[in-house]
Amino acid sequence: MKASHWVIGFGVLSAVAMAAAPASAGTLETVKSRGQLVCGVNTSLPGFSAPDEKGKWSGLDVDYCKALAAVVLGDPAKVKYVPLTAKERLTAVQTGEIDVLARNTTWTMSRDTSLGLNFVGVDYYDGQGFLVKKALGVKSAKELNGASVCVLAGTTTELNLADYFRANGMKYQSVVFDTGDQTLQGFNSDRCDVLTSDQSQLYGLRSKLPDPGKAVVLPEVISKEPLGPVVRQGDDAWFNVTRWTLFAWFNLEEAGVTGKNVGEMLKSTNPDVKRLLGVDSDLGAKMGVGNDFAVAIVKAVGNYGESFERNVGKGSPLQIARGQNALWTKGGLIYGPPVR
Amino acid sequence: MAESDVFVPKPSLPPPSGSVGVAGWMRANLFAGPFNTALTLVALWLLVSGLVPLFDWAVLRGHFSGGDAQACRSGGACWLFVGERFRFFIYGFYPAGQVWRVNIVLAVTAAAIGALAWPRTPGKRFLVPAAIVGVPALTLALMHGGVFGLPVVATDQWSGLTLTLVLSVVGIVMALPFGIVLALGRRSKMMAVRTLCILFIEVWRGVPLISVLFMASVMLPLFLPEGVQFSKVLRAMIGIVMFESAYMAEVVRGGLQAIPRGQFEAAAALGLGYWRTMGLVVLPQALKLVIPGIVNTFIALFKDTTLVLIIGLFDVLATVHATIVDPAWPAIAIEGYLFAALVFWVFCFGMSRYSQALERKLHTGHKRN
Repeated sequence: MKASHWVIGFGVLSAVAMAAAPASAGTLETVKSRGQLVCGVNTSLPGFSAPDEKGKWSGLDVDYCKALAAVVLGDPAKVKYVPLTAKERLTAVQTGEIDVLARNTTWTMSRDTSLGLNFVGVDYYDGQGFLVKKALGVKSAKELNGASVCVLAGTTTELNLADYFRANGMKYQSVVFDTGDQTLQGFNSDRCDVLTSDQSQLYGLRSKLPDPGKAVVLPEVISKEPLGPVVRQGDDAWFNVTRWTLFAWFNLEEAGVTGKNVGEMLKSTNPDVKRLLGVDSDLGAKMGVGNDFAVAIVKAVGNYGESFERNVGKGSPLQIARGQNALWTKGGLIYGPPVR
Repeated sequence: MAESDVFVPKPSLPPPSGSVGVAGWMRANLFAGPFNTALTLVALWLLVSGLVPLFDWAVLRGHFSGGDAQACRSGGACWLFVGERFRFFIYGFYPAGQVWRVNIVLAVTAAAIGALAWPRTPGKRFLVPAAIVGVPALTLALMHGGVFGLPVVATDQWSGLTLTLVLSVVGIVMALPFGIVLALGRRSKMMAVRTLCILFIEVWRGVPLISVLFMASVMLPLFLPEGVQFSKVLRAMIGIVMFESAYMAEVVRGGLQAIPRGQFEAAAALGLGYWRTMGLVVLPQALKLVIPGIVNTFIALFKDTTLVLIIGLFDVLATVHATIVDPAWPAIAIEGYLFAALVFWVFCFGMSRYSQALERKLHTGHKRN
């Protein structure tokens, strides 16, 4: 009698749980019916995603979210930003708490293959570097034997650091911090000789030192850090939309379409441009969005190059050069497969 | 009769000039003996060598107004930064056009706390339940919206000092009653109730708050069926209330144990049942005894709310964290953290002073001085 009570109770509970789970609609339909894109971003990484004084998010990763919202919902403002720490970001994608993660996440094999995630592409090629005090007279990372190194906890940075020193037969002592700012404070107050982080962050951190001229970024780049958006594995329609939003962003720059000239470009006779902007193609509709999805992107945030310069390049305090992040036609690695 | 018959005492001599006034106080308290003198001088030297550069940095060379980030390049404290980000520190991501709703909530909460704290407010008997039910209801209605035609502001946009206050006020208001119930349960004669309460208290007290929050934020969603989500703020709030009520229970239990057996027996002799014994006789005395412990827990709770920053919620400290990395401004971390420290100090000191006033008011002669 008692046992049957338990069984009934359990049955009711699981029925409630089942009822609560929606008939698993694709993310694309979910986003459209919700009327809002839920985008996981960094809690604060200048140039990529950071809140301004009015609490508005901006940055390269944020621009990707806006572009995606423009593609799917036709309005770059229809985004809910979920600030995530490094530790909880991947869980947030796995559980469906967010639709897409645009949080400077490094594409690695284990993340891609064993965590139920798919990397959409690469929107920023980063690499780990070293910031040292000029007074030490160090010219190369190979001279860093015995150094104490300030590093951020729980990131691939920590692992790369160990690998690099082991591969070169050098010893080091790591001084671990939880945020980039603490790392910088540690470096500034001589807790360590060297600060290691992705190069995109090193320049930003250096600019915040009381005297930026006293520190120098070493030439070695010791790791590949391809950063890009992440979605859940197993939803191909959504994966396609996120991926081709990114590629269209690159192709817009390659085709020379900017936020300013998009009106004239719509009248262009160049067949590549016409296909990209959906003037005489139905490529967008086949993907489940508007044919003019690329126009929506460029109107929302400009092309990739414009967004890059505005957020991390010449138009920003970070002053990061395009380098590897230039288009493939200009010696970089940014390459969008053809839209046709 | 001559008036000279009356005894007129001579006025006593004034005390030696060295033992009264400022000089006397200083001699008694600062320069009594060579050891004291040395201590005073060392302390004075430490104060001067610490405060003078601080004053110079913060005030004399500080930047208070005018100009932008570039004005701060010349060194000195950059209060401009705090000024420019002040709105963000207080309201965080709350939509700018809706900020008045937060202001009303803050004003009403402050008024309610003030009215309850003021000893001569009339009609407290009705005010207390009204405040305990009304203020949270008003807070939810106004801040979340969706009623009276107010646009909805989802909880993930609650941030800054607003979030800190919401988390801590909810924590305080909920943890005390839960804690009292748990403390009574732990001393109950009913086996099942007692075991459950002991289990609850020891489990929650045995894990760090940070891991509670982490579980709530990272692990819990993995166990929930797909598509079922509830707000991170709510998850953090429940975690904080559970955690703090376990602590509160032990504080209250300390008070209950200090009540002599005679009080229970006297109450029983008067024919009072369990609840009336507790409510009318035991708890008023027990809670009064443990005011310092209760307020201690409140203050700890208030400061513990900053831990939500590890799960990506923006409390006041996290908003400071998020803005001091702005590369447009030179080194601004210290100013930001000083601001956060000041905010916390004001609230914690306020709570501490109020508890002391309350102790004095409720002082009924048991206290040894």
